[in-house]
Amino acid sequence: MSNKTDSNLYTLLFAIGMVVVVGTLLAFVSASLRPNIDENKRIEKQQNILYAMGVNENDESSVAFVADNKVGEEFSKFITKQLVITNDVEVKEDDNAYLIDIKKEQTNAKEGKERRLPLFIGTKEGKTFYIAPIRGKGLWDAVWAYVAMDENMVVQGAYFDHKGETAGLGANIKERFFMDDFKDEHLLNTSGKFVGINISKSNGDPLNKDKKDNEVDAIAGATITGDGVAAMIKSELKLYVPYFKTLKK
Amino acid sequence: MGLLSKKDRKLILDPLADDNPITIQVLGICSALAITAQLKASIVMTVSVIFVLGLGNVVISLIRNIIPSKIRIIVQLTVVAALVIIVDQVLKAYSYQLSKELGAFIGLIITNCIIMGRFEAFALGNGPWKSFLDGIGNALGYGVILIIVGFFRELLGSGTLLGYKVLGDPITKTGVYAFGYENNGFMLLAPMALIVVGIIIWVQRSRNKALIED
Repeated sequence: MSNKTDSNLYTLLFAIGMVVVVGTLLAFVSASLRPNIDENKRIEKQQNILYAMGVNENDESSVAFVADNKVGEEFSKFITKQLVITNDVEVKEDDNAYLIDIKKEQTNAKEGKERRLPLFIGTKEGKTFYIAPIRGKGLWDAVWAYVAMDENMVVQGAYFDHKGETAGLGANIKERFFMDDFKDEHLLNTSGKFVGINISKSNGDPLNKDKKDNEVDAIAGATITGDGVAAMIKSELKLYVPYFKTLKK
Repeated sequence: MGLLSKKDRKLILDPLADDNPITIQVLGICSALAITAQLKASIVMTVSVIFVLGLGNVVISLIRNIIPSKIRIIVQLTVVAALVIIVDQVLKAYSYQLSKELGAFIGLIITNCIIMGRFEAFALGNGPWKSFLDGIGNALGYGVILIIVGFFRELLGSGTLLGYKVLGDPITKTGVYAFGYENNGFMLLAPMALIVVGIIIWVQRSRNKALIED
């Protein structure tokens, strides 16, 4: 290498130039792809909500969403109402409730501001589903879920996802063998009190035959992710209990 | 272009066996341990590294004469990071499902020491075409080990391959599980990946004595 490239001035100028070039390039890439990415995220939300209420293209062991180009149509067909719940029981309809950012709402609640709780009401084959989006912490990063319930808070289906759980371990929360365990599981205990669903390592029920024990079988090697999922279900779905009580009146 | 010259072929083939980045150069071990619990993740990581290392080597090679030597590591890091971010964004925009599956791996490429290792050891001193071949070769050599380790870890740890239950169902006791076979949960943990890599190194060196150092 020549002496020219060793001088401090050259090094400094090169560094500045590099930052400008790379920064411009990345900003350009990001800005030009932004609309596509946002659209993908919106579609994904609709797909997740539909998945939880059983509108999907699953075969025996796969996780398959409604196709991207059909999702808008299916969403307006199956989701009959989108609600925003505030102060436990004040209900408002809002057709864009599915776009509410749960993370932002959680921050709002922490800062003492009002938290809006979105809830989607879907109808399929004469049955009504109440689908709640929830969000919590796994081992490495965020975990979230869409949980479809009936009016007695019995889970009818669930879709779990995560940002960065360990592949092969915690990441398995989005596999069928884990998600399907939640179906028909009760969120209330036998006396009707909300207890959530525990992810248990020792319930001796790996096939999850007992649906009223408020427990599903944990994933080996994913203890902290499992605990995070259980904590998320407990703290987040609890917020919907007052609304479900109003359904009983 | 025609057929690759003998020298060029050596650049691609050497890293596959006798100069393998993982077993001989001992680079990229961290990601080899972290992501090989499933075969699919190994394959995906291999493809991503082929792309980033091939392209990165070319970029570094093109600018090798104007990089100030004092900050060359930072320049290399910037190139890898920029490439990785572009890959990530393009996937998110045009292949959202795939990008969700790759998720963390894309980011992990930045930490892969093979990339910095090859920039530093090869691309800084060689032309773009040679660097490209070296990048592809090393990424393939890395991938071969990743896939071998991923194959054994998923098969012995979960009893599946690419998600298919090739050994039967452990819960309903079909296939080999009917005879009392159990999955070995240890295989899913990182230390077992190190042991599998160790076994590969052992086999490789006992077959080719020239690789054994004094």
